[in-house]
Amino acid sequence: MTQLPETTQKKLGLVIDLDTCVGCHACVISCKGWNTENYGAPLSDQDPYGGAGSGTFLNRVHSYEAKPKDGPAQLVHFPKSCLHCEDAPCVTVCPTGASYKRVEDGIVLVNEDNCIGCGLCAWSCPYGAREMDVAEGVMKKCTLCVDRIYNENLPEVDRIPSCVRTCPAGARHFGDLGDPDSDVSKLVAERGGMDLMPEMGTSPVNKYLPPRPKDQMAGKIDLLAPLLTPVAEEATGFMAWLDKTLEKI
Amino acid sequence: MGYQQPNVDTSPKVSDEIRQTTCYMCACRCGINVHMKDGKVAYIEGNRDHPVNKGVLCAKGSAGIMQVNAPSRLKAPLKRVGPRGSGEFEEISWDEALDIATEWLAPIREKNPEKLAFFTGRDQSQSFTSFWAQHFGTPNYAAHGGFCSVNMAAAGIYTMGGAFWEFGQPDWDHTKLFMLFGVAEDHDSNPIKMGLGKIKARGAKVIGVNPIRTGYNAIADEWVGITPGTDGLFILSLIHLLMKAGKIDLDYLARYTNAPVLVNGDETSPEHGLFLRDDDGKPLVVDRKTGKLTAFDKPGVKPDLSATHRAAGITHKPVFHMMAERYLDEQYAPEAVAERCGIPAKQIRAIAGEIARVAFDEAIELDHEWTDFRGEKHKTMTGRPVSFHSMRGVSAHANGFQTARALHVLQIILGTVEVPGGFRFKPPYPKPAEAHPKPHCGVTPGAPLNGPHLGFVHGPDDLMLKEDGSPARIDKAFTWDNPMSSHGLMHMVISNAHAGDPYKIDTLFMYMANMSWNSSMNTKGVMEMLTDKGEDGEYVIPRIIYSDAYSSEMVAYADLILPDTTYLERHDCISLLDRPICEADAAADAIRWPVIEPDRDVRGFQSVLCELGAKLNLPGFVNEDGSQKFADYADYIVNHERRPGVGPLAGFRGDGTEFGRGDVNPEQLDRYIENGGFAVSHIPEGANYYKPWNNAYQDWAVETGLFDSPQPYLFQLYVEPMRKFQLAAEGHGDRQPPDHLREQIKSKMDPLPIWYETDQHGNDGFTVNALTQRPMAMYHSWGTQNAWLRQLHGRNPLYLPTKLMQEHGFEDGDWARVTSPHGEITVPVMEMAALNDNTVWTWNAIGKRKGAWALDTDASEANEGFLLNHLIHELLPAKGDGMRWANSDPVTGQAAWFDLKVKIEKVAAVTESQPAFPAIKSPVATGPKELKWKVGK
Amino acid sequence: MHPAPSVILFSTLSGLGFGLLFWLGLGYPDVTGWVAFAFFAIAYLLAVGGLLASTFHLGHPERALKAFTQWRSSWLSREGLAAVAALLVMAGFGAGLVFLGEFWTVLGLLGAVLSIATVFTTSMIYGQLKTVPRWNMPLTPVMFVSFSLAGGALLAGQVDWALGLLILAGIVQVAHWVLGDKALAGSGTTLATATGLGDMGTLKAFEPPHTGSNYLLREFAYVVARKHALKLRVISLALMVGVPVLLLMLPFHHFSAFVAVLSHLGGVAASRWLFFAEAEHVVGLYYGKL
Ligand SMILES: Nc1nc2c(c(=O)[nH]1)N[C@H]1C(S)=C(S)[C@@H](COP(=O)(O)OP(=O)(O)OC[C@H]3O[C@@H](n4cnc5c(=O)[nH]c(N)nc54)[C@H](O)[C@@H]3O)O[C@H]1N2
Ligand SMILES: Nc1nc2c(c(=O)[nH]1)N[C@H]1C(S)=C(S)[C@@H](COP(=O)(O)OP(=O)(O)OC[C@H]3O[C@@H](n4cnc5c(=O)[nH]c(N)nc54)[C@H](O)[C@@H]3O)O[C@H]1N2
Ligand code: SF4
Ligand code: SF4
Ligand code: SF4
Ligand code: SF4
Ligand code: SF4
Ligand SMILES: [Mo]
Repeated sequence: MTQLPETTQKKLGLVIDLDTCVGCHACVISCKGWNTENYGAPLSDQDPYGGAGSGTFLNRVHSYEAKPKDGPAQLVHFPKSCLHCEDAPCVTVCPTGASYKRVEDGIVLVNEDNCIGCGLCAWSCPYGAREMDVAEGVMKKCTLCVDRIYNENLPEVDRIPSCVRTCPAGARHFGDLGDPDSDVSKLVAERGGMDLMPEMGTSPVNKYLPPRPKDQMAGKIDLLAPLLTPVAEEATGFMAWLDKTLEKI
Repeated sequence: MGYQQPNVDTSPKVSDEIRQTTCYMCACRCGINVHMKDGKVAYIEGNRDHPVNKGVLCAKGSAGIMQVNAPSRLKAPLKRVGPRGSGEFEEISWDEALDIATEWLAPIREKNPEKLAFFTGRDQSQSFTSFWAQHFGTPNYAAHGGFCSVNMAAAGIYTMGGAFWEFGQPDWDHTKLFMLFGVAEDHDSNPIKMGLGKIKARGAKVIGVNPIRTGYNAIADEWVGITPGTDGLFILSLIHLLMKAGKIDLDYLARYTNAPVLVNGDETSPEHGLFLRDDDGKPLVVDRKTGKLTAFDKPGVKPDLSATHRAAGITHKPVFHMMAERYLDEQYAPEAVAERCGIPAKQIRAIAGEIARVAFDEAIELDHEWTDFRGEKHKTMTGRPVSFHSMRGVSAHANGFQTARALHVLQIILGTVEVPGGFRFKPPYPKPAEAHPKPHCGVTPGAPLNGPHLGFVHGPDDLMLKEDGSPARIDKAFTWDNPMSSHGLMHMVISNAHAGDPYKIDTLFMYMANMSWNSSMNTKGVMEMLTDKGEDGEYVIPRIIYSDAYSSEMVAYADLILPDTTYLERHDCISLLDRPICEADAAADAIRWPVIEPDRDVRGFQSVLCELGAKLNLPGFVNEDGSQKFADYADYIVNHERRPGVGPLAGFRGDGTEFGRGDVNPEQLDRYIENGGFAVSHIPEGANYYKPWNNAYQDWAVETGLFDSPQPYLFQLYVEPMRKFQLAAEGHGDRQPPDHLREQIKSKMDPLPIWYETDQHGNDGFTVNALTQRPMAMYHSWGTQNAWLRQLHGRNPLYLPTKLMQEHGFEDGDWARVTSPHGEITVPVMEMAALNDNTVWTWNAIGKRKGAWALDTDASEANEGFLLNHLIHELLPAKGDGMRWANSDPVTGQAAWFDLKVKIEKVAAVTESQPAFPAIKSPVATGPKELKWKVGK
Repeated sequence: MHPAPSVILFSTLSGLGFGLLFWLGLGYPDVTGWVAFAFFAIAYLLAVGGLLASTFHLGHPERALKAFTQWRSSWLSREGLAAVAALLVMAGFGAGLVFLGEFWTVLGLLGAVLSIATVFTTSMIYGQLKTVPRWNMPLTPVMFVSFSLAGGALLAGQVDWALGLLILAGIVQVAHWVLGDKALAGSGTTLATATGLGDMGTLKAFEPPHTGSNYLLREFAYVVARKHALKLRVISLALMVGVPVLLLMLPFHHFSAFVAVLSHLGGVAASRWLFFAEAEHVVGLYYGKL
């Protein structure tokens, strides 16, 4: 089981648009809500009303500042959950077979009944995508909402991950990255979707769309300046222009 | 061996039932699907059919389950037993609570109704609470708008009959360039995020004007890290460049604005600066076809922007001339403003160029035929796909009204309001200032007030002054200090009541406003005012009644607590009479209904007002026989009528098919519930742009009950009522301002937008701007009681730009003493590079008082978290003229939160941020040590 | 990485225990009967005690048996199997020595190999982790094995071997530190590769995703002060190698041998504490903690 399947029929995953994510944490809480009530044990919180509140979350939004050589600093909001890696080290290290990658869609899951809570899978994940639930003593991770995406009790439009459905900015996309004709694959191709830590050899399925280049306007001043050529240098000239122009309307 | 994997149930049952209602975690009011299991809330998601959020939901909305189950929920009515501020209470019955309230209020009503000050916070039932206050008879009512964003509302409505805030929106589907001024989150929060998402998906451009580059501004393609308080100057510079280059929409200006209206040029006249009008009072323009003076709205008239009118040796110029004279001046050239704004001149030029390019070279035409109010038919609708939005970054400065006006003027000269790709109103807007009521203050003991409290003034005659010229309202709204204070001045109520200026009150009645903490300036001072006793040993503010749903900081400062339900346990009504949830293409309203029943002895506040109103015999709340008229709020929502056929809810009226106008329908709430908690009526195609002048829209608005007759109007580039105040200050008319305010009125009430420095007197040595922003995942103080949300923002550092970090030798986590002319705080700092070089900031309302919100006293919010409010005073430092001037916009009284200037020093680490206050006693128990939330098994 | 006492205890004790079993399997010291019993008892106490300690950090120790199933891919599973096999084989071998006075060479050899293989599998649990560059090098198993062999020799009273192996272990340890200090930089993993945002300019983690703590921060973002670590390194090396070597060079005495063993044990424990505490998990990059 904890060997990886040779191939998977689909590569379901997320595409996250860093040019669009406003860092609102909606996906974080929606995920917490869905996964507390659904798959496996609830995502618990310790000392939730005290000084050291800390709980299990399957999706977290970081933020990074980038200082370009010239131009002002930029800020990027950076949501991160399991990337459902093709060569998932978290699966192969698992001693019990609790962690596995599904053949039909490539989703990496933890079978909580088999999990001994050794934590090794979290150690092996470069992305911090796994969190041990303190109350339950089992490993938790993004399930890609496996209990939503095929759920016949949900209307068809809602058979998408909770975080994708809720994202107000539409910065999260879900689909089959194994199918080059899927919307997500096209988006990745168009926008130069990238892998996180490619050197780790994990071949993540989830892709990130890089922020578009920013603060370019002043550089186009030569193109834009002619648009601002004064119609007249003085107020009287302006009135003359006005009169002339009004004639034409 | 083959690959094995367990079987996962991929189709588990999601819930027993979905109940659709409306979110309450902010004023955006999204539709939600509440999934129920065993009668309990199991999961909350957005309602896909809802006009506001179309299925999406923010973090706060998704965390609603932790809100309705928060340990901080109040459990029963409370009567204070310890000293004010101690938090010592005794639980009492509702009967007793209502008896106490009646006993306090009835005598006031009989003798001096104004001795009740009834102020509500971010109230979503203002049309109801004001109705109650009006029938009580006190002039002292307002909600939070005065300290929130009245500059935005007033500037928008006076200028163009509609505002930003949540009252309008960019045409997200068509805009190609979107410029955002001073917004971190906004009231329209999900729609803005959805809109930004649409823009990004199309690859259109966003410009963010904000000293801080987070959130929306972080994804902006172009960042303008402006110096706080200088947007007006930047905008006027853009206007300068665009006018100078002739990149303005002359046709639009001539047709739809008062640019061609003639202004009285006779300097000796008491009407100097007012419009020339015909006998019917209609403003006059010169008709370009005939050269004659003509009423602006005459069919066929072609108003001339350029022609002047000469009579009796005096030249009367159109508004547009005055604009050209003012804004073409070199004082607005980019090079002249760049340094003050902290924006390179080159960037200002580039932005103006880009605006011009998109507005004129990328104009769009929609194939919608329409007829304007002059009867002229247009084959298509021209769109200038540049749009703007702005909120408190502009409005929470003492020059915010004029700055917001400048921004509207920019929009209007580009012809981008109510056109495809531009900014669009949401019904009931557009609605000109004249179509709104004026404020009222006519008090008669034992009887209702003579009209609604709040509204729009059109000159000195409309001010709320007593015969002796003193303020009629406790908050001094609509006085010479701040004549156009359309939303009242909630932030002045406690300090005025404490000072007995303009008079003393007896009972302060508040609803959902955390006034002893994050919603006050000068927080410590407010706590002192609330607990201060006179020589007679009585509290200076004798009685305080407060309705809250949770154990907030304010609870400890009240004498009687009326505990409210949570948002999933009551009826509510998001009414077109109030703050609507409409979209630019549709009128819509919504309800909340009890999707769960309260498990505590609490009652919906509005229902309590129905009962209290009856006990007090308020007309409107009793039947002819003296019995209680509305059993509860639900009863009111369905059966109350403002005007015949027009009630709190527009949907499903009459036989259930009518929208807007129609008889009372006893089954109305059921119809709403069946429909997902809302009702919507779409504006017909061809009526959905150019609304202020579009006959089809005007007719639809009348049909829908928004107006009783069509109300076409011109955009007011030049706001004539402001000129009337100036005339008074110049000595004209009977109602005269006090001498110390003459100069202020003359200079600040300019009818054409101006910019002035807001650097306050007494700020010498305080050179750094200090701001707050709303975190997207927290709502003011409420978020903290939410076990999930508080893990995201459990404390707040003060963010310093790299330059200041280096200057003071700070490293992340060091502590700083931050001083303002008013006070000092000691707080942890953190570096941020994407920040204006001379600005520091923190998240708003994260800091908490120990003992509040059912948190343990070691909660990080109460130890490391802090409020900037301690540094901000409601009055400016003394000037030596014997007066303390309000820290407010001189036009509207808007609280100037963001004019704060500070000084920063590094100090040795401390164990908790300062000032620290002793813990208040909690009226509720603290929460559990662990949460394993799962409703279904 | 969080230096969890249970894991430190486990790897220290069991390393030593299996080290001793290795030597016993080879017939050093050449003992039978009750003396052999005493040696085996010590070895089993250490090895099994260590294994038991390691289960303390499990969320579900009652399911530990399941951990034997994934030997095809999981070093942890392999470790379990190797440990059980080593313990079983050595038990048979030991029984021969203790009760029959028989020395079953083949069984002993097999047990010795399994014992040291167990230590190797333990080391590979760490050594395989690309996410912890400091561990992800061939020197990690070399270090674990050399510690185990040296400690085992010490316990087994093999003075000459112990002297040589202790010095070797010391050298390996120092090399591990030297290479380890450069490992993160050498791995090529940076905030830029972690986020893919390197092209935008110099990167810095801004606001964390949560102001509260979480499992990741507790588990991976442990930071020791450089100065503190250096001091500990010296102490650990002195206790683990220095003191025992000095004591072994003195004429043999049971008491000094006992002190040497204790000192070595303390040194290894300190080294293990550092092994964890100094290890940088790349997840720390996301949190701006590296
Ligand atoms: N999540 C969440 N949503 C909320 C609320 C909440 O508490 N939480 N509160 C609601 C309420 S009551 C309100 S009033 C709205 C307010 O919503 P916003 O108007 O977004 O208010 P703030 O968060 O105060 O953001 C003000 C912004 O203006 C910027 N700013 C300050 N001074 C200047 C300036 O001089 N020029 C420019 N260009 N920018 C400036 C600040 O950096 C900040 O980004 O949000 C509502 N929505
Ligand atoms: N420094 C600084 N201070 C600011 C601002 C700023 O930008 N900077 N912004 C200002 C602005 S714009 C605003 S609007 C104010 C907001 O300030 P407030 O309106 O005071 O906001 P909250 O802290 O959310 O307090 C509202 C109260 O309503 C209670 N409440 C919540 N739900 C319910 C309910 O269902 N029923 C009842 N009865 N009560 C309920 C909460 O428990 C809380 O005590 O803050 C202002 N303060
Ligand atoms: S919900 Fe969307 S916009 Fe918000 S943080 Fe998540 S990905 Fe970003
Ligand atoms: S992201 Fe981490 S947990 Fe997810 S598959 Fe990859 S390695 Fe495993
Ligand atoms: S924690 Fe659970 S899932 Fe992870 S490796 Fe251990 S047994 Fe496998
Ligand atoms: S796909 Fe589901 S489990 Fe994964 S982050 Fe999104 S909501 Fe959470
Ligand atoms: S924006 Fe969020 S908090 Fe506000 S109403 Fe919508 S879902 Fe609720
Ligand atoms: Mo507000």
